[in-house]
Amino acid sequence: MDILTTNGISKQFSNHRALDKVSIHVPENSIFGLLGPNGAGKTTLIRIINNILAPDEGELFLDGKKLQPSDVYKIGYLPEERGLYKKMNVGEQALYLAQLKGLSRQEALKRLKIWFEKFEIQGWWNRKVEELSKGMQQKVQFVVTVIHEPHLLIFDEPFSGFDPINVNLLKEEILELKRKGSTIIFSTHNMASVEELCDHIALIDKSHKILEGDIWQIRKTYKTHTFEVEYSGTDDNPSAFLPENFKVLDYHHVNEHYSAKVQLPAEARPNDLLSFMMDHYTIEGFREIIPGMNEIFIRLVTGNDPDISSTLTGI
Amino acid sequence: MIHKIFLIIQREYMTRVKKKSFVVMTILGPLLMAAIVVVPMYVATLSSEKKTVGVLDETGLFRGKFRDSDNIQFHYLDSKASAAKENFKKSGDYALLYIPSTELSLPSNAILYSDKEVSINVKSYIRNVMSKCLEEVKLDAKLRDLPLPPDKKITSDDILKSIKSSVDITTIKIGNKGKEEKSYPEVSSFLGFFSGIMIYFFIFMFGVQVMRGIIEEKSNRIVEVIISSVKPFELMMGKIIGVALVGLTQFLLWVVLTFGIVTIATPMFATKDTSKQITGQVFQNNYPGTQPGKTMDVPAQDNSQVNEVLDAIHSIDFPVMIGTFLFYFLFGYLLYSALFAAVGAAVDSESDNQQFMLPITIPLIFAIIMSPYVMQNPTGPLSFWLSIIPFTSPIIMMIRVPFGVPFFDLFLSMVLLILGFLGTTWLAAKIYRTGILMYGKKVNYKELGKWLRYKN
Repeated sequence: MDILTTNGISKQFSNHRALDKVSIHVPENSIFGLLGPNGAGKTTLIRIINNILAPDEGELFLDGKKLQPSDVYKIGYLPEERGLYKKMNVGEQALYLAQLKGLSRQEALKRLKIWFEKFEIQGWWNRKVEELSKGMQQKVQFVVTVIHEPHLLIFDEPFSGFDPINVNLLKEEILELKRKGSTIIFSTHNMASVEELCDHIALIDKSHKILEGDIWQIRKTYKTHTFEVEYSGTDDNPSAFLPENFKVLDYHHVNEHYSAKVQLPAEARPNDLLSFMMDHYTIEGFREIIPGMNEIFIRLVTGNDPDISSTLTGI
Repeated sequence: MIHKIFLIIQREYMTRVKKKSFVVMTILGPLLMAAIVVVPMYVATLSSEKKTVGVLDETGLFRGKFRDSDNIQFHYLDSKASAAKENFKKSGDYALLYIPSTELSLPSNAILYSDKEVSINVKSYIRNVMSKCLEEVKLDAKLRDLPLPPDKKITSDDILKSIKSSVDITTIKIGNKGKEEKSYPEVSSFLGFFSGIMIYFFIFMFGVQVMRGIIEEKSNRIVEVIISSVKPFELMMGKIIGVALVGLTQFLLWVVLTFGIVTIATPMFATKDTSKQITGQVFQNNYPGTQPGKTMDVPAQDNSQVNEVLDAIHSIDFPVMIGTFLFYFLFGYLLYSALFAAVGAAVDSESDNQQFMLPITIPLIFAIIMSPYVMQNPTGPLSFWLSIIPFTSPIIMMIRVPFGVPFFDLFLSMVLLILGFLGTTWLAAKIYRTGILMYGKKVNYKELGKWLRYKN
């Protein structure tokens, strides 16, 4: 079942259409990646989901019911532009933000204690925010985002500004939240983290949604019947003995052996390639190349093929 | 939702009240204001020059009633008014008191001619003597004519209330060429101008605090975190109301502390006899419920000019003054703080706000520039219109209030100010909710116009 559905959302800003009939379906208990180049409309969509902006057209459904203003309690939102009051005490501030999320003072205090211990920041409770390092501030920020235990979490560019240690911490927390049953939507430019974390993605470009679905399905859809063979023996270019329609995209020396990327014609089977190769070399390894999200992203957004090192040339 | 606005107000209030600058201002303000009250009194005790006043009393009621004090001497004239005025220059008198005859009623007007500003001491002394005199006359008449109902006891308070008389003294300055100009009553002008300046100062000080608070939220990047749980309008109003409460707290602390300091400081300048009376009057001021007659019973000490200055100040209706001040302070602030909030939302840092600050400051500064004209002619058309238009009314109406304002003017001005506040808040809310989410964009008026047309 989908926890969140947007149905034909449009949003117009005077002379710029930020979103044009965007519909997405976020399955329950998934990690949903919202991808797209800068200015595509991701943040506008996220703000509409968070009731910060109102759509000109379209409807939103949370848990199958029309999204209500009171649903903000069910959503935890970490915006891209995020910060804290610098002159305020950490604890006081966390309490304030937690209470704004609808928690009572006692409940907020109880939960904050647990989280502060978990992140080992309990000693900073009475310090001013400006005395904290950036990483610490982000931990506080994360805590106040999840403190009201929302079903749906929305992180806009969560990894920007985090150091690698905190990025890992955040990834672990995101996976932990998913294990506990939450659904997470996050927008990012970091495709490696998308492949690592996401189950589903939607790609938005120039205010339109151009792709949506299960990430593994998408990657399989965009595979190009290209295989990587590792072999040892002579260093001849395999194109010398392969048939015309077997395209060698790349071959090079790797450590003690060689590696070649070959794109097969549609009718050929991987076994055909192997049998050609076996005649000349000793096979060390063989695998199909599944395109990464990075390549799919660049190809769809720019309309061009990614650069030469990619496996997708010639399509 | 109400609960959340309360949380925001609470935070805005607490963080500001705990600031060092608030504590410093709270202490310095009353010292400054007390100095304004106490120093003139101190100066008044210093001037010991004898002043002679010629009295031309056409009614004959006051003959022999003006007794000489340490500083003022009276002599009575029998000439015609016009002749007395002509001779005034030559006589070397400090002032000429002219009490015109009246046909049916008791006199309640007097004109004081002088070639310089008449000091408050002299004027309030004359007013005191005259009203006392009139009260005696009235009391005599009452006791003579009143058939005492056997079943009802008339207390002295009832009688005192019924005979209470006020005297209007018009001051006319005779210029070098014998030209007459009406000079405005000092205490009213001073009080009016002082309140006007206070309003101006409060609007600026707390309006800018609202703007700074919003710029801070924007530059700290916390604003989007907050508006994911509250509506932008709630955040804006929470801030405006929170800062308003800070302003009211500061004002009330100032009033209490100022009276405290004045109460402690005046005995240092006044004689033993009068100090009791002054504290009594200050006390009376704080608690309007106490008997007004109480202090009246104490006869004015001839040598206590301090008293007379205070009397002059007390001739002002303080409950009305403080009431209107609080209203115009609150709504003037609310009207402008909404605009300050819009400016704060539209810019990224305080250095960018110049172009938007100008239209806000112009009406305020214009009101201050116009205030001398208003004081000279508090009922003229300029004064009327400036005290009706919401953008200048908080300052100009406060200047007019001590002179007495018709109920209709006050009512209209207040209603328009409330409407003006609703209008600017509506406008500001539209700019605010778009502005707080805009970063790194130079905004101009055309852009603001677009924001007003955005649907949420």
